[in-house]
Amino acid sequence: MKYVSPRQVIFPGDPVATSDESVEGAVYIDEGKYRASSIGLVEFRDNKIVVVPLEGSYRPKPGDVVIGYVTDVLASGWEVDVRAPLAAWLPVNEATAKYIDLEKTSLTSLLNVGDAVIAAVKDVDLTDEFPVMLTLREGERLGKIESGLVVELSPVKVPRVIGKKGTMITTISELGCDVIVGQNGRIWAKCPGPEAELALLQVIEKIDRESHVAGLTDRVRALIERYKGGGSARP
Amino acid sequence: MKQPPVPLLVEGRRADGRAPDQMRDVRISVGVISNADGSAMVSYGNTTAVAAVYGPREMHPRHLSLPDKAVMRVRYHMAPFSTKDERKNPAPSRREIEISKVLREALEPAIFLEQFPRSRIDVFVEIVQADGSTRVASLTAASLALADAGVPMRDLVIGVSVGLVNGVVVLDLNGLEDNYGEGDMPVGYMPNLGRITLLQLDGAWSRDKFAEAVKLAVKGAEYVYGKAREALKAKYFEIAEEVAK
Repeated sequence: MKYVSPRQVIFPGDPVATSDESVEGAVYIDEGKYRASSIGLVEFRDNKIVVVPLEGSYRPKPGDVVIGYVTDVLASGWEVDVRAPLAAWLPVNEATAKYIDLEKTSLTSLLNVGDAVIAAVKDVDLTDEFPVMLTLREGERLGKIESGLVVELSPVKVPRVIGKKGTMITTISELGCDVIVGQNGRIWAKCPGPEAELALLQVIEKIDRESHVAGLTDRVRALIERYKGGGSARP
Repeated sequence: MKQPPVPLLVEGRRADGRAPDQMRDVRISVGVISNADGSAMVSYGNTTAVAAVYGPREMHPRHLSLPDKAVMRVRYHMAPFSTKDERKNPAPSRREIEISKVLREALEPAIFLEQFPRSRIDVFVEIVQADGSTRVASLTAASLALADAGVPMRDLVIGVSVGLVNGVVVLDLNGLEDNYGEGDMPVGYMPNLGRITLLQLDGAWSRDKFAEAVKLAVKGAEYVYGKAREALKAKYFEIAEEVAK
């Protein structure tokens, strides 16, 4: 039995369905009932109920592309802030394929405190001092950010930036910006000009704020059309 | 026994004009502190608590982290200007340290701490104005702030107090009733699950009065929960209305 309807906003503890239904997302089971574990939006996909969280933090998992800031340079690697509740670590051998003689070269010549990197999560191991291990070598377009801008939004909204089967990101690409979306809610972009940059910021803010209101892609498309038509995305 | 400056209960009316089973005016808003991951402000009459949640985030110092779950830290604090008579010394008192622990233990059963090993969740509650029932207003504010931060939780925890005044069980004690009443019972209640996470009690209560008090607390908590839901909804519905324009 279902207790919810599509596109309903639900709150922690709200009953979603009895445990014989197929339910996914931000839910838990208590005494034979699925209940929401977070503020969420109900979606019906195929025969499944999915509770999409509307608030929440980033939880790293292997394979994620993330954007981080170097916070410390240590003896054999860098500590990186990736907005995770666990410390993240980028070792030298994961940063470059070249041989680095640690006796002779300073690691700051490669990356220094404050530098931004696009990295992939290689492993999450709670027994390590730094549970999140990053790499710049296992994936495309990873490395230090030299130009462009980094924008933040809520990590739980990242799937909306990409959209179902990449529809949203395809729409966004009409702005002409080069975009890389980090799973930790940081987005790198390099746009052809400040107008496109501004439009992109507005699009991302829109997705962050309005993802629970139906018709998001259409509104984003309208914003982009306005930018393309008048050169300015300002309403 | 101390004599109250005004009678606490006259012909079924309390000093502030309420019926015994009536809450004070409940006002709740969510997302009041933009620096925090989640926040809420809760007022029960003149009592106002502001809660801010940060995390789950890295635990520092690391040796205090737990291998199997997150550490939750709660700080309850009364602002120096929150009290009516004398300025409250801003240094954390024995009472505030104790209430911090009590609030943590009332919130922990509702939170999936095991999903965030080696991390911490910080909850700060500031009493902006104190007029009785501060710990339960804090509890409501803290659980709403946790929900606003998206911390996975089983249910909201709603706090209400019940007390004994002239032998009558009353809901939501104000400062006067707190000081001069015969009994005081703060309750933390999870309204969807129907479970209690906080129950303290002082004063002399008969078994019947206690049972009556628990029932009244649940009734009060359900009323506050209605207001809490409205406050949570408002955040999303305001955006929806704005979009519709």
